[in-house]
Amino acid sequence: MGVRAVLLALVLGLFSVMGAWAGDAGPSFPKATSKALGGSCVDDPATMRRHHFDFLKHQRDDTLRQGIRGAKYSLKECVSCHAQVKDGHAVPVNAPGQFCASCHEYAAVSIDCFSCHATTPQHQQQVEATR
Amino acid sequence: MSHDTTRRDLLKAAAIGAVTIAPGLTLIAPPAQARAPGQPASPTNRWGLLIDTSKCDQGCTACVDACKTEMGLPALDRPATDAQYIRKVDVRDPKTGNQHSLPVMCQHCAKPPCVDVCPTGASMKRADGIVLVDRHICIGCRYCMMACPYKARSFAHEDQTGQSAHNPRGKGCVEGCTLCAHRIDAGGQPACVEACSKEGGAAMLFGDLNDPKSEISQRISKEATSRIRADLGVDPAIRYQGI
Repeated sequence: MGVRAVLLALVLGLFSVMGAWAGDAGPSFPKATSKALGGSCVDDPATMRRHHFDFLKHQRDDTLRQGIRGAKYSLKECVSCHAQVKDGHAVPVNAPGQFCASCHEYAAVSIDCFSCHATTPQHQQQVEATR
Repeated sequence: MSHDTTRRDLLKAAAIGAVTIAPGLTLIAPPAQARAPGQPASPTNRWGLLIDTSKCDQGCTACVDACKTEMGLPALDRPATDAQYIRKVDVRDPKTGNQHSLPVMCQHCAKPPCVDVCPTGASMKRADGIVLVDRHICIGCRYCMMACPYKARSFAHEDQTGQSAHNPRGKGCVEGCTLCAHRIDAGGQPACVEACSKEGGAAMLFGDLNDPKSEISQRISKEATSRIRADLGVDPAIRYQGI
């Protein structure tokens, strides 16, 4: 009995450790750098994770075709807050390990946003242009 | 005869941006105001340009350079395929030898042929008359490039990097002058006009053709102006003087 109990405890202990690993799995990505919105995103993280593509897809048509500016969701703002700056240069958000790329790589999603859209913030582009 | 302000008068006045709310007290909307967030472009505006060719110097490329910088267009030194939203055209009358140099960009037609021929609806006219390409649905067929009588559109042949944040552009899409819609929406004026007034001969005037009080409307109502290929009946928003 004693041996069985020890074995059971060991197995259960192993499962719990594996469980913890499973919980930690997932992409790691840099936190947003901008404090423009008080350090928080335009919506809660769970909603943004699940729906950001829907929000952006609607927003892009409203902005381009109707000229509606300043709406809640905007790809420009994603880039503006989430692009990292290293040695005074903005790191593209679609570079490996960066905010956009890390999750999309993990989830095996191919996006083509950044074949056209700027991957570094406008303010950073201006700073680097004046150098 | 009654002097009371009728609803019709009020609406008429509102349309031109001035409302008399009491005798001697008039509200006048300031020109080129930034549109409030969430508001769509309005058909009460029609943005246009007036270009005085007598002030446009042949060697000056301030507008072209400013456009390239503003819109993040790379200069690859390949004139046949490099994107150009605005170009300088030199014209000469062979009979008299009279020469002119003028900037030509998308003429933001009221009846744009590029929109007529687009098979996907990517080529479109915004409510305020700005003609744009919706690159989200452009398939790169280039029908619009063939339809445009002004040779105003370009095609991105190669993968692009280093785009400007306000001008997303990529391989396989047609592109052209947006009249700097991003600046207009923020209450500004196009980059070419700004550069022309600072570094060039101040030959370009930007304004609202639908507002009879705007400087551009005042001038085109008093001075002789023309439009390139007016015979086509596409009603361009870009007017020229002196050609």
